Amino acid sequence: MTNLTRRTFGLATTAAGLALAAPSVLHAQTSARLVVIGGGFGGASAARYARMAFPRLAVTLIEPQTSFVTCPYGNLLLAGERTLPQITHSYEGLKARGVRLVHDWAEAIDATARTVRLRNGQNVPYDKLILSPGIAIRWNAIEGYGEAAAETFPHAWIPGTGAQTALLRRQLEALPDGGVVGFAIPPNPFRCPPGPYERISMVASYLKAHKPRAKILALDAKDAFSKQGLFQDAWNELYPGMIEWVPLNKDGKVTRVDAREKQFETELGSRHRIDVGNVIPPQSAAKIAIDAGLTNETGWVPVNPLTFEATRARDIHVIGDANIGQPMPKSGYIANSTSKVAVAAAVAALEGRPAPAPTVYFNTCYSHVGPEYGISVVGIFRPGETAFVETANAGGVSPRGPLAEQREHRRLEALHADAWYGAITKDAFS
Amino acid sequence: MTFSTPAVSGTALALVLSMAPCSPLRAEAVTAPAIALSCAGCHGPQGAGEGSVPRIAGYDRQAFVQTWSAFRANERPATIMNRIARGFTDAEVAQMADYFASVR
Repeated sequence: MTNLTRRTFGLATTAAGLALAAPSVLHAQTSARLVVIGGGFGGASAARYARMAFPRLAVTLIEPQTSFVTCPYGNLLLAGERTLPQITHSYEGLKARGVRLVHDWAEAIDATARTVRLRNGQNVPYDKLILSPGIAIRWNAIEGYGEAAAETFPHAWIPGTGAQTALLRRQLEALPDGGVVGFAIPPNPFRCPPGPYERISMVASYLKAHKPRAKILALDAKDAFSKQGLFQDAWNELYPGMIEWVPLNKDGKVTRVDAREKQFETELGSRHRIDVGNVIPPQSAAKIAIDAGLTNETGWVPVNPLTFEATRARDIHVIGDANIGQPMPKSGYIANSTSKVAVAAAVAALEGRPAPAPTVYFNTCYSHVGPEYGISVVGIFRPGETAFVETANAGGVSPRGPLAEQREHRRLEALHADAWYGAITKDAFS
Repeated sequence: MTFSTPAVSGTALALVLSMAPCSPLRAEAVTAPAIALSCAGCHGPQGAGEGSVPRIAGYDRQAFVQTWSAFRANERPATIMNRIARGFTDAEVAQMADYFASVR
């Protein structure tokens, strides 16, 4: 076993040696190795916050990629309004803050030995682990939708290097005017609840300008969705006649896809011929969380609502889309907001203090639905005894109403969405 | 953006000096209180402001509390702050006001 943190550890000890007194507390602090798995919104925010709030902590971030492509604003790329570099963020900012970056896959976690095994065979020891691994796609949960089919019907729901999103963009560009763009939308819970509907909107925005006779067929495994009234108002106002949304109770659930014949088939056997297909498949927590035995029968990770420690393993705090956070959405904002709580709880435990007092877990999700047309949903959550609790009589969605009356509100929210993107990516990566 | 702005460093130093004998780690408590950390997602790290979303770092403490109350009561034009304001208690607002007033 190679101790990757020995050098960092030594530096931390030296730095702390210059500080004053309190040997027992200092001991806890200097020997503290915080390892973070996953460099998305949750993991990057955790690593950044850990270095800033607890500067003597040795923080290692394990992330296979050398840059991060965001899910948010990927839908604007589909509309031709953003480029891949504009939604790609490097880890240089975190390195400059003293986060040790290990660009490799975390293959396995040994919760007893408190080590993470890398693909290259090395082990990374930790005192506390922050696990922010994101989601896995449940391949073949929809018959015919395996990894090969994703080259025909991209999911574009895990950006990776951006290849899936870029593929879907190229397919839209090649779509003949008058063609049909099909969406298969999963049941709850899944990453980014308003995401499919923002995507439908941004694809419609592109089609309206470039292929006005094209149609969108959105087949949904649910009867209701996030910001539904606002989205449907916008679709009627901006893209009349273009979008057909089919809910579960009208046979909207796609159960089989045929990549060769380019068909989506629903529960009751209806077959829909489509030209470009985006399958947003059912999901689970990422593989490493499942392999580590952290997930329950739902495929997601139960956590302590106050500390985000996994209920099935000590010293592993699971944040972001992988955990069971309902009624909180699986969003980048929740991952960012709760990452700091998880880090503070982990550090408190290392120092032998009780978990920090309950605080607010905050979410705002903006969606772009057309040019200068943004909408939002706000949620304010707090930890309960065994679950997360949404604060009543607060939050909620943008006001509904005809565009003529709401134009300024929509324009401002579109601007605020852009500001949100700038702010939250700074809070994670700068 | 870092936490090493003069005002905050001054506070940090004061905390180190006053608390060092028993608890030097408290020097790190000058980072934002937990309740204020989520503001960064729109207002930027330490409330520095971002694009159309205003800077709240250095906001006058009393004005912060009054503005918050006006948002909560729908007495001030808002896009989303009215919806947000209703979800926080007076004590939480006071903590945020203290913190952002201290950031320069």
